[in-house]
Amino acid sequence: MSAPRPALETATMVRAGEESAVDVLEHHLAVIDAGEESIHAFNLVLADSARERARAVDARVAAGEDPGPLAGVPVALKDNLCTRGVPTTCSSRILDGWRPPYDATVVTRLAEAGAVVIGKTNMDEFAMGSSTETSAFGATRNPHDTSRVPGGSSGGSAAAVAAGFAPLALGSDTGGSIRQPAALCGVVGMKPTYGTVSRYGLVAFASSLDQIGPFAHTVADAALLFDVIGGHDPLDSTSLHRPTPRVLSVLDDGVDGMTVGVLTEFLDGAAPDVAARVHQAAESLAAAGARIEEVSVPEVTLGLSAYYLIAPGEASSNLARYDGVRYGLRVDAPDTVAMNTATRSEGFGAEVKRRIMLGTYVLSAGYMDAYYNQALKVRTRIIEGFAAAYTRCDVLLGPTAPTTAFAIGAKVDDPLTMYLSDVCTIPSNLAGHPAISVPFGPGDDGLPVGVQLLGPALSEGTLFQVAAVVEAAAPDQPAPRLAAGAAS
Amino acid sequence: MTSGWQMVIGLEVHCELKTATKLFCGCPNVFGDEPNTNVCPNCLGLPGSLPVLNQQAVELAMAIGTALHCEIKPSTFHRKNYFYPDQAKDYQISQYDEPLNVNGHLDLPDGFRVGIERAHMEEDTGKTSHAGASGRIHGADYSLVDYNRSGVPLVEIVSDPDMRTADQARAYVTELRAILVASGASDGKMEEGSMRVDANVSVRTAADAPFGTRCEIKNLNSVRSLGRAIEYEAQRQIALIESGEAVVQQTRHWDEGAGRTEALRSKEDAYDYRYFLEPDLVPLVPDAEWIRAVGDTLGMMPAERRARLVGLLEESGGATDAQRDQITTVVDLGLDDLVVEAVAGGVGSGLALARTANEAATDADAARALDPKSYLELLMLEAGGLLSATQAKAVLAELFVRGGGDPAAIARDKGFEAMSEDSLAATVAVAVDGHPDEWGRYCAGDDKLAGFFTGLVMKATKGQANGKAVAAELARLRG
Repeated sequence: MSAPRPALETATMVRAGEESAVDVLEHHLAVIDAGEESIHAFNLVLADSARERARAVDARVAAGEDPGPLAGVPVALKDNLCTRGVPTTCSSRILDGWRPPYDATVVTRLAEAGAVVIGKTNMDEFAMGSSTETSAFGATRNPHDTSRVPGGSSGGSAAAVAAGFAPLALGSDTGGSIRQPAALCGVVGMKPTYGTVSRYGLVAFASSLDQIGPFAHTVADAALLFDVIGGHDPLDSTSLHRPTPRVLSVLDDGVDGMTVGVLTEFLDGAAPDVAARVHQAAESLAAAGARIEEVSVPEVTLGLSAYYLIAPGEASSNLARYDGVRYGLRVDAPDTVAMNTATRSEGFGAEVKRRIMLGTYVLSAGYMDAYYNQALKVRTRIIEGFAAAYTRCDVLLGPTAPTTAFAIGAKVDDPLTMYLSDVCTIPSNLAGHPAISVPFGPGDDGLPVGVQLLGPALSEGTLFQVAAVVEAAAPDQPAPRLAAGAAS
Repeated sequence: MTSGWQMVIGLEVHCELKTATKLFCGCPNVFGDEPNTNVCPNCLGLPGSLPVLNQQAVELAMAIGTALHCEIKPSTFHRKNYFYPDQAKDYQISQYDEPLNVNGHLDLPDGFRVGIERAHMEEDTGKTSHAGASGRIHGADYSLVDYNRSGVPLVEIVSDPDMRTADQARAYVTELRAILVASGASDGKMEEGSMRVDANVSVRTAADAPFGTRCEIKNLNSVRSLGRAIEYEAQRQIALIESGEAVVQQTRHWDEGAGRTEALRSKEDAYDYRYFLEPDLVPLVPDAEWIRAVGDTLGMMPAERRARLVGLLEESGGATDAQRDQITTVVDLGLDDLVVEAVAGGVGSGLALARTANEAATDADAARALDPKSYLELLMLEAGGLLSATQAKAVLAELFVRGGGDPAAIARDKGFEAMSEDSLAATVAVAVDGHPDEWGRYCAGDDKLAGFFTGLVMKATKGQANGKAVAAELARLRG
């Protein structure tokens, strides 16, 4: 089969007037038409506004202007990114009918770069989940095997890219919500350093952990998208006041002389076929000139526990505003408190309620020190553990997820097992560090495996540089049948 | 106060900062606009919105800290979580365990020092109005929320429990209000809610006894309410204790109409606010240079202004109690510069103070707008005997009406110029010539007759003569 055409190439052709943005869009809308029913990647396909946008891009090219580095490239947006006048649901009934009056900063930056927003993608409700099954609108299916989950919470975005619905997508990653579905769907997914991409207009799950990042077929395309969305934003007080590393230009620099640490704690819980792929990736990096070391960061094993105290704590506060008073769902009741209760009882799904209750509990008087504050100390220890490792290594290598995609329904009734699928991704969020998942061949079941590269804060350049070498050495992964059929 | 009992009072004052925009967004900070017109995604708490701290609000908060002699420290913001419809995010962003200003004090005009525990920043809520007979949430048909106030910057100033009488509490709020206005941080309008006072009141039997159980009183909309509520609450607590019951720690609502406090909620059902560090903001760490720059922009505080006027009265033997009251009035109204400039121009400090406290104060807005030179000229005419007190007041009133002008010209327009020194001398001479017997007795030392001649001159001039000038002329003629 022919691999989907990289976004970089599409943008170059559109900018040069060799292909119209409208044709690019129509091709992708046709792929969506053919495959969306079996995948359910989207909550909303924005065909009309995308066509309008594509025509505007073509008009600019015709007028001799440069529409920007993403000229005419369709981009799918996770449905927790605010889009002016367009429903933004977080795959929750509680936001029923709400249309944001403003665009998220990343959405504005996409528009300024000439991208064409093609739709809003399905997700776990409020990004709480690892399979996209907690969506109020039904699960998304993995394009490589529609009986399997795409991962989550940004499963819709990962599946959209894997299925060829869009060459690029944005997701958000609070505990692995970009990297884990990227691994399970066989695409590249990256979580930037906390503060490099503005959170303005990202509906908050856990504010100190959330970060927006790219999905793409290739490392280079992910780099292209990261370069567009990154950089300081005065509307986000946690946005860093320093230039974002420009990563696209360093992709060919190689790994000669670098030290890559294979993170033993991440391999301990990984399935044998996944662990084998990680070792294979390490060997390919060694072959490209990197020094490989086994590295232990014992603190990362505390990550999962700390995360499930910190993230729900923040979420319980962030989700308080969905009270039926101002927007979204309102279930009428005789008085305000009863209305709040009825609205939230009906509007939130089970997983969201579970985390709100958990979070409310860990912040409560008498319990805060034992739980939430203890978790903050663990967070500091994880940062220190990583810091020690990065005195010896440039990057760390491990699996993204412990297994390949699991069956729909297999874990949804067992939250603790489900939570374990983020065990390798959570530590980067707690540390605020960047990490990237790169497809690295099929596992024993033929489904995609992702290997993960982790680096210290603001090491995106190095990460992309190493990721490009891993990508070049990756074994062939059969393309999803859907995308193979439609893209030919 | 009932004998054998002492009150212990601490006050929490919420003050809205006079910024152009709100604390965390760019919406105008304006009172009284159409409901829900000064709102945006941020202050409506829309999903995805994020707070950005307003620099001007920080500077005004630091100005308050400086004026209250606080340490200004690195600080953080927390979320205070509770559900209420006028709270757009269902949490309030507030400074918690690391406030911006700590450990200050405020000196009352009588010198009593009240400690300031902290003065921290937080955002205001929206405003709920309940439609229905009661006007309160229980039994309302429906409720409406105006979010114009949502996100307006507040500083909460928490005093130490240092006050012992309702008078001290009143004086504290009055003085604090004057400081807030003088520092430019707030307009201090209690009636518009830009300054709101909660009082913590307890009673004990002796000054060295441990503090009693306190109650917090809310809904105090004026200095008068504050005093009444404290007196009522202290009596209520004393009655409880004397009848063998215990005071229950409560939040109580002051009912101005009924003149009593009512229980709102007790400690047992106090909210658990689940405070935690606001992850959408970074620590606020003002450096020494910024703190100094804010301090440099601060004008004189009321205490300094009062001291300045007291100083002016030193040469005339020091300020009397009545003059101290006048000084307080003049400073409260922001008219002390008029006095200072008049004295600098040669007017006696007693006259300048009295005219300002008694006459200029009747229209303080006009007086503040007056060119101090006009005011000085007017007082010079009076001091020099060219205008009587009555005439000077009339000219001042005219200056206010016209918004300024030349006092001498206004006096002429009013026909007061007849009272030049020459014409006054002529009028006195006519009075003396017409009453030789009385003049003789006056010259023999019967000083009471000075009043008789002054009366004649006043009658002849229809009250336009300056009494002091008449007395001086009489004394001169007697030799």
